Amino acid sequence: MTQILTAAPAKPAPPSGAKPGRAVRHGRAVPFFVVPFGILFVLFYLLPIGYAIVQSLYTVERTGTFGPAREVFGGFTQYERVFSDGAFWTSIGRVLAFGVVQVPVMLGLALLLALLLDSGLVKGRRFFRLAFFVPYAVPGVIAAIMWGFLYSPNLSPLKPVTSAIDFLSADLVLWAMANVVTWVYVGYNMLIIYSALLAVPAEVYEAARLDGAGAWRIAWSIKIPLVMPAIVLTTVFSIIGTLQLLAEPQVFRSFSSAVSSTYTPNLTVYSTSSIPNFNLAAAFSVVLALTTFVLSFVFLRITQRRGDA
Amino acid sequence: MNAPVLIKQRALPTLVMAVCTLYFLTPIWWLFVGASKNSDQFTSTNPLWFADFELFANIGDLFAYRDGVFLRWMLNSILYTGGAALLGTVLAAMCGYALAKYRFRGRELLFNVVLSGVLVPATALALPLFLMFSKVDATNTFWAVFLPSLVNPFGVYLARIYATAGVPDELLEAARIDGSGEIRTFFKVATRLMFPALVTIFLFHFVAVWNNFLLPLIMLSDERLFPVTLGLYTWNTQVNQIPELRGLVIIGALLSITPLVIAFLLLQRFWRNGLGAGAVK
Repeated sequence: MTQILTAAPAKPAPPSGAKPGRAVRHGRAVPFFVVPFGILFVLFYLLPIGYAIVQSLYTVERTGTFGPAREVFGGFTQYERVFSDGAFWTSIGRVLAFGVVQVPVMLGLALLLALLLDSGLVKGRRFFRLAFFVPYAVPGVIAAIMWGFLYSPNLSPLKPVTSAIDFLSADLVLWAMANVVTWVYVGYNMLIIYSALLAVPAEVYEAARLDGAGAWRIAWSIKIPLVMPAIVLTTVFSIIGTLQLLAEPQVFRSFSSAVSSTYTPNLTVYSTSSIPNFNLAAAFSVVLALTTFVLSFVFLRITQRRGDA
Repeated sequence: MNAPVLIKQRALPTLVMAVCTLYFLTPIWWLFVGASKNSDQFTSTNPLWFADFELFANIGDLFAYRDGVFLRWMLNSILYTGGAALLGTVLAAMCGYALAKYRFRGRELLFNVVLSGVLVPATALALPLFLMFSKVDATNTFWAVFLPSLVNPFGVYLARIYATAGVPDELLEAARIDGSGEIRTFFKVATRLMFPALVTIFLFHFVAVWNNFLLPLIMLSDERLFPVTLGLYTWNTQVNQIPELRGLVIIGALLSITPLVIAFLLLQRFWRNGLGAGAVK
């Protein structure tokens, strides 16, 4: 992950003994800058992760059906249940299928729009850039509610379409949600790629033009490779987002009976915790976080290797 | 290049842009039009054009419903998102600045741990946070949602990049020679240079908290503590039993997105410059 994320390479420490007075003064200032964030990071990031892992290793036992509950160490009991839970793995497969289609569509569209904005072929760039970015202001829950209404046959402005095709049916509801996510995030991703394009010095293009390269050729052979780091970054965030799908399916449960309480991994976590079985829900969370982590990491490794070659 | 060729070249890109504009803006237009109608006209008139313009009457109904609980939700959202983003940006900027400008033991370790925090899905944290807060009997409070929202590892990462690139060591050195303390230098000199970056970090943070649905959903049971997203969500789940809520959900959705759209318009010259830096460097 280091290629894009560690931007500032670690500089070797200055030789010790050089200007000791200065070093001491800086040393005193460091805690002031680092500790406030550090405390919150430990309390609300590291501790919960550790706590989830610990919780997932316990299991609640009752004496009899209505006896008092007590937590006992259960080792990997919860994980055995997670791994044998068919619905959970179906939901992982579902969000992966969702991501394999939705992420390339969304990022392809974002890249196309960024390239068009950057090409100088379109007038009114300011307007278009804003128009595409506005949906990003709509939180996932609200976007899902809006589109839920838009898909409903009797309310939709596209009545002929929605009365012919039931977007909320079991076959299509996943892709109806993919459209909601795409609608919200294309503009955001487009802006990141577009800003990367703006940072490319103009001389690079001039040289290519002198060599007789046309607009498409420049886009394909120069612009896209140069903004690859931005595309990688947006892809990783999209992968994380895909596995985290929660608000959209949760909202769509009110519009469509096809969305079950275990439709996505996060819905499973939520519904398990409200049963409540916190230990099992914690195990689901841990497995989901690890899956996300591994997928992001594998993706970064693959793209890096290609970059090195 | 002569004019006809130029027009031909421009036709297709402009068409693509126009179609996309329709795709992105139609739902928002529909929401605006829908919010301006009464419930009869909402279903019986053209969904994309106005009937009797009753937007303000509808807003009045929304504000009056259940003793103005919607206004309360909006206020909560401002406190949760605005407050957490403002404070969180300052904290992230301080940490990122220190990582960029000071050499200290454990610097790389700290940076790497914070960086892996970027990859941890926020939803994986919500449940253990709930369990921790219930241990200290603090679920269903303002703080249960506010405090975890302050942490922004991505902001630290961005702040480090911006501080490395945008705050020259020579300038800090000059400030030191002038007798300015480290903390004063940060707030008086560095934050000015980092200002566009700080706006970007703020915006990212704001949207992340604004979008965080699972944390308030798990933590809060008292509807007077809800952010507006959770409030509208609960109304939407009740539309089948209480049909009048549908109109309120539509108006509420419109009002809830308006502040952020305006903020985007006002802040755009900052985030436009700042957004890319994180991805490119």
